[in-house]
Amino acid sequence: MNIHEYQAKAVLKSYGAPVADGVPILTLDDVQKAVDTLPGPLWVVKSQIHAGGRGKGKFIEAAAGEKGGVRLAFSKDEVMEHAKAMLGHHLVTAQTSAEGKQVNRLYVEDGADIDRELYLSMLVDRATGQIAFVASTEGGMDIEEVAHETPEKILTLPVGGGVDAEAAGKLCDALKLEGQARADGMELFPTLYKAFTEKDMSMLEINPLIVMENGHLRVLDAKVSFDGNALFRHPDIMDLRDTTEEDEKEIEASEWDLAYIALDGTIGCMVNGAGLAMATMDIIKLYGEEPANFCDVGGGANAEKVAAAFKIIMKDPNVKGILVNIFGGIMKCDVIAEGVIQAVKETNLAVPLVVRLEGTNVDKGKAILADSGMNIIPADDLDDAAQKIVAAVKA
Amino acid sequence: MSILIDKDTKVIVQGLTGKTGSFHTNQALEYFGTQMVAGTHPKKAGTNWTADSGKELPIYANAADAKDATGANASVIYVPPAGAAAAIEEAIDAEIPLIICITEGVPVLDMVRVKAKLDKSNSRLIGPNCPGVLTPEQCKIGIMPGKIFSKGSVGVVSRSGTLTYEAVYQTTVAGLGQTSAVGIGGDPVKGTEFIDMLEMFLADDETEQIIMIGEIGGSAEEEAAQFLIDEAKKGRKKPMVGFIAGRTAPKGRTMGHAGAIVSGGQGDAESKIAAMEAAGIRVSPSPARLGTTMVEVLKG
Repeated sequence: MNIHEYQAKAVLKSYGAPVADGVPILTLDDVQKAVDTLPGPLWVVKSQIHAGGRGKGKFIEAAAGEKGGVRLAFSKDEVMEHAKAMLGHHLVTAQTSAEGKQVNRLYVEDGADIDRELYLSMLVDRATGQIAFVASTEGGMDIEEVAHETPEKILTLPVGGGVDAEAAGKLCDALKLEGQARADGMELFPTLYKAFTEKDMSMLEINPLIVMENGHLRVLDAKVSFDGNALFRHPDIMDLRDTTEEDEKEIEASEWDLAYIALDGTIGCMVNGAGLAMATMDIIKLYGEEPANFCDVGGGANAEKVAAAFKIIMKDPNVKGILVNIFGGIMKCDVIAEGVIQAVKETNLAVPLVVRLEGTNVDKGKAILADSGMNIIPADDLDDAAQKIVAAVKA
Repeated sequence: MSILIDKDTKVIVQGLTGKTGSFHTNQALEYFGTQMVAGTHPKKAGTNWTADSGKELPIYANAADAKDATGANASVIYVPPAGAAAAIEEAIDAEIPLIICITEGVPVLDMVRVKAKLDKSNSRLIGPNCPGVLTPEQCKIGIMPGKIFSKGSVGVVSRSGTLTYEAVYQTTVAGLGQTSAVGIGGDPVKGTEFIDMLEMFLADDETEQIIMIGEIGGSAEEEAAQFLIDEAKKGRKKPMVGFIAGRTAPKGRTMGHAGAIVSGGQGDAESKIAAMEAAGIRVSPSPARLGTTMVEVLKG
């Protein structure tokens, strides 16, 4: 689960990390409080959306002006001007779609005098099975580009049982921290480790971490993702969820415990198992079409869940055909078949439907589909299924 | 021969009394009489669990008691996510040699903790979030459908559950059959990676071919490919077919870029396919042609 920058900073601040003072803006009425609370003389007005690259982004609406999603204000009036220009408008960044994301929240923060910009992140390193820090002096940049062009400027440091003085020192060295900044760093890295582990974060990215002109470190931007599997023990984090940032279909899917991700293609997919679901998307592409979604109904789906998945897939207006691909190990094919028929009836399905069933009770399942009198195209294997749905959509 | 499990494997079930544990234990008992010997439950020690067949399995308070009483050498875990890591740790403490965790949705930082403990132990963990292990006509641990298997010559190792079934089913249809199939699980931090399973399949006399199924993310496939290249130099090599799921998966579903950096350009489907092909694996573009591709490879 992702949260906004201002929420991430509040979490980090609660652990004692150096974060600027700031005020979140949900409506224009909040702006006055922001400028009254924050002393100035420099304010930063930042769009709060779940996507990176906001500073270099561009708004779709002309009323928002030419500037990006992060703007400097040198007077209180200017804070209001920026808020009016950005709030409610759609910001397009390198990480959003072409339609952009509507900016429903802003964050007004105290400005900082920046001496140097650094990069720091934490994640779970698959290779070692440990939490790792990633540090670079090249902050504020596209870090993937840095990794590609100058990998020697990036330190990846797995930290097994925690951040001891040696590990913190290595990170300070990698970031070339001296004097006050080094002292701040020695405190900051264990603090971040504590926050990461106690809150079950899956990713924490501070880009940039800055050395200010007064020599102190400050977290200037923060992105945090949490492990969805651990949210059950963090109700405080669950409260930070902003469903307006999520696809409506994905929210509904999560209520049914379905893994659904909306994509741009025309063929809706319903599959059991994440690997098979990805492979089904791949094979659709192999035969010349694009998948409209990723949808894993999981191992224990019943007829109601299958019907719910069907309806969610059909909510996407781009869907011109549906491919159901089930390899039933735990799931029984006759149960799937009944769910499919129920869904076809309830949705008045008007697009071609190809169903491939394999596994437990496969003959029963195929018979149920064949006897339904519905226009369901049966397929023998995944190759056959993909070819049939692509042909049907192109016809 | 086979790897990991055979007809002599004695299995205890952590989480036997739950719905999932009960269902799959019945399935295992029905599969060529897999030796399911006991279950555990902290509050139900001393009671019995009754299978559909009428067979009764004793319930012990914990994995150590169950192992001591039955001589079990494997444990399968069906405990819900919140308690799964503790169940694995309990099995490690009981010094059970093979632990197979089926549970999906275990918090990743729990697995970081488990992994550190596991590395200092003599236990092997398969999973979590995996379909288990099956050796045809001998032993079934986990949730794989027994009917699609046939005894034969192909070793199957996969990160994806349902794609394991595809590989098994297709090699059955092709008349090749399997020695053992292992689903290592799709979670980022897990007990066993490809290399250990490939090593076992290379060492197993009856395994004549290997199918390896990977997914995008991480660098385990690249590391496995390098391992195969190194082993081939020592003259250890078997015909292999591979597949990578997620060629068309959307990028940037996470907010930052931190994951992409650590892998240093590794992790996407193209990188994995190139590495596997360089190691002599025939990578099928279609997940529906794993069996037929293996037949083609064998024809030369």
